[in-house]
Amino acid sequence: MTHIELTVNGEKRSDEVEPRLLLIHYLREELGLRAANVGCDTTSCGACTVLLDGRSVKACTVLAVQASGHEVTTAEGLSEGGELHPVQAAFQQEHGLQCGFCTPGMVMATVGLLAENPHPTEEQAREGLEGNFCRCTGYHNIIRAVLAAASAQAETTQSTEVTA
Amino acid sequence: MSILGTRVLRTEDPRFLTTGGVYVEDLVDERLDGACHVFFIRSPVAHARVNGIDASAALQAPGVVAVFTGADLADLPPIPGAGPVKPQIQQRLLAIDKVRYVGEPVAVVVVEEPYQGEDALELVAVDYDPLPPVLGFDPGDDTLLFEDAGTNVAGWWGNQADLKADLFDGCDVVVSQTIVNQRVAPAPMETRGGAAVWGEDGRLTAWIPNQGAQGTKGALARMLQVEPGLVRVITPDVGGAFGAKFGADPEHVVLAWIARELGRPARWSETRYENLIAMTHGRAQQHTITVGGSRDGDIQAYRLEIVQDAGAYIRAGGFLPFLTRLMTTGPYDIPRAESVASIVVTSTTPIGAYRGAGRPEAAAALDRAIDLYAAEAGLDPADVRRKNLLPTFTEPHRTAFGAVYDTGDYATGLDRALAAAGYADLRREQAARRARGDVRQLGIGLSSYVEITGMGEGEGSGPSENATVEVHPDGTATILTGTSPHGQGHQTAWAMVASEELGIPVEKITLQWGDTDLIPKGGGTGGSRSLQLGGAAVKQASLELIEEARQRAAAQLEASPADLVFDKTRTAFNVAGDPDATVPLTQLAEQERLLIRTVFTGVGATFPFGTHVAVVEVDTETGKPTLLRMVTVDDAGIVLNPLLAEGQRHGGIGQGAAQAFVEEVVYDDEGNPLTASFADYPFVSATELPSFELVDSETPTTNNPLGVKGIGEAGSIGSTPAVQNAIIDAVAHLGVRHIDMPATSRRVWQAIRAAQAQTENA
Repeated sequence: MTHIELTVNGEKRSDEVEPRLLLIHYLREELGLRAANVGCDTTSCGACTVLLDGRSVKACTVLAVQASGHEVTTAEGLSEGGELHPVQAAFQQEHGLQCGFCTPGMVMATVGLLAENPHPTEEQAREGLEGNFCRCTGYHNIIRAVLAAASAQAETTQSTEVTA
Repeated sequence: MSILGTRVLRTEDPRFLTTGGVYVEDLVDERLDGACHVFFIRSPVAHARVNGIDASAALQAPGVVAVFTGADLADLPPIPGAGPVKPQIQQRLLAIDKVRYVGEPVAVVVVEEPYQGEDALELVAVDYDPLPPVLGFDPGDDTLLFEDAGTNVAGWWGNQADLKADLFDGCDVVVSQTIVNQRVAPAPMETRGGAAVWGEDGRLTAWIPNQGAQGTKGALARMLQVEPGLVRVITPDVGGAFGAKFGADPEHVVLAWIARELGRPARWSETRYENLIAMTHGRAQQHTITVGGSRDGDIQAYRLEIVQDAGAYIRAGGFLPFLTRLMTTGPYDIPRAESVASIVVTSTTPIGAYRGAGRPEAAAALDRAIDLYAAEAGLDPADVRRKNLLPTFTEPHRTAFGAVYDTGDYATGLDRALAAAGYADLRREQAARRARGDVRQLGIGLSSYVEITGMGEGEGSGPSENATVEVHPDGTATILTGTSPHGQGHQTAWAMVASEELGIPVEKITLQWGDTDLIPKGGGTGGSRSLQLGGAAVKQASLELIEEARQRAAAQLEASPADLVFDKTRTAFNVAGDPDATVPLTQLAEQERLLIRTVFTGVGATFPFGTHVAVVEVDTETGKPTLLRMVTVDDAGIVLNPLLAEGQRHGGIGQGAAQAFVEEVVYDDEGNPLTASFADYPFVSATELPSFELVDSETPTTNNPLGVKGIGEAGSIGSTPAVQNAIIDAVAHLGVRHIDMPATSRRVWQAIRAAQAQTENA
């Protein structure tokens, strides 16, 4: 067993884990954070996407021990005070989810994408989410949601600047 | 103002977006405390005799509770095939003596912790004696998959001897082509799984991702040989199904059996690798199409010969050709048409339903036939379609294959799609690129389709579904439904239907489904049946509830029921002309439960229709196709919630387009699957699809009071042939006549090269 210390959704954690334990299984089974899902065995589908120090990673391909010393954010930790995060709100507004299985991963991938590129074109949004599969939506409304979230964030930033 | 027809956001979403859905793997339930975990050992060979299984090493491994093989389950009867197939073709829950496809369950390892299962699987030694694989649409009978059956041809729909030799007499143009509607993987994002526990009362509770708990319960009880009353199925959130999660699979039965055998709860969760080789696949038909007509575009005769590769065991594959045959002539008026289907078994994963299930295959065959005919006659494919579409009808139209189309306005759908796409401009652009000899050529593809939804019997004497509506004293309401949403948004949609009648806001209405103790009957969600039957049942129950309430309110107000008016804005009755003499539903519910269960029975199946226009660019040097535009008319009658209806169309269009040029399940010559992971199966991604251009069209049906038809599968029916036709159209001027799906870069490039070689030799 190996000792790990990390921050998950703002809370400090320390645990003893098997060295081979995947981050996704640590989050789901040890911490009970089950929003992120496992959809494949090959790092292809992105259903397990979480943020590691603010960058989106596929938690099925990160060992829990590799996350030691880092900050992990999952879909559960995204909304504050019961309010949906702008990306989550955009997914509801644009009907960017159906069965919901890919959704937490898709949302976290979008948060990661917008952190890197706050104003993606449609093509950039599609490229940015290439590693996140969805079987229900044909991606149409997911892309609408990404673009809508980008606009919403830009407006928020603008109004913050004006206020300041 | 009516809520119907408006864009109501899904009330389901906040949960999915924050804590995530509770799929079977997420379940935390005290009844499942201390559950063991089940891992399946699957055949690594396509066809072999099983000489023996040695589990001794595995039994010594850490955490291994038990290992079971087919011999342990030999008391349970084999599963017969579906459809008109040879009775000798049967499946054991775990293989006995023989395996017939890579992925067939042979044994199970039961462990304490999931990671132990991964380790222990490797330690079970199975002695296989390989046999030749049985592959393709014409597998022959040299090697028999089922010796007792005497042939690999499992059965027929229709009679080949009935095909008429003179069908095409008098046709000036006759074209024939054999094409493949390839095998694809449903690949819902959530794989299969389950959890099972037997209570002290001797009853099984099984949590299984499914498309209808009641059907799953029936299948489990049948295969386990127990009274249905002893089985309770609970449906967790389901992460997509697409036809492949109907009923129960052998693995679910084995899971329940193990829970009983070991006297403790058991859980199972398959890997994606298992999912891609052992969940049923879809499509897998070969079509020989022959079409004949006049030089000026009048189609006079059409023949469709179908071979269904059903895989190793007959699941829905035994039934799919029935639907394909039923829809042979699609939206066209073809005076002479015939169709026959054979079903073959092969040493591959069994075929089941996949979004559209038999109807996309019919549409794809017909749309290729029309394009081949148009090309041969030198006519525009849009003109040929318009000339041969059935004229608008509002009285039922019976086809030669027995389908009764309810309402249709096919030519208008075609014209709207062409107008929205700018068809004439696209053809001009295509002509210009051809004249210039551009490397990137433009292709325009069409599909005009009609499909069947909401078929089958239920509790009523026709297609039917039940609903229970209850109004509570606190002003909220609960709906119980026999349908089973797994992404379709029934909670929002059913609440809209009830809200329209009861005046209770959508957010105060809760939907329950998928617990067979709570809702013993129901047809589930599939075949695009839910809104037209389950939604209509909610409307009927709501109206009946108001009538029941009216009687009670009348007694209370000492008025005649006929004098009472239901005021939706106040969800209350008042005496006509006297708004102060009022009784709210909440008050009635406080006095006595205000609840109605009803069964809605529709007049018959409904037939949505539409036209898809695909625009592609093909790089003629590399063969690479790029899908630029999808313009679609999908007319499924009245639209309840455009947000949800469009979402269904988008999903269908995406999956259908993916079949045309991206996805395929591939086996090698030995029957080994080559697409058994998401690294190998080309699951369509966001980069391969464009945004879709949807055109509105609403032709109501009279078969139900909502005027709605099914929209769950329509998108996947028109898009596949439209995209395929577009890719072929892009290179047609180079002499290419046909390219099988998926029309990948390599296939397109090969087709161009072959056509060039032919031209050079000529």
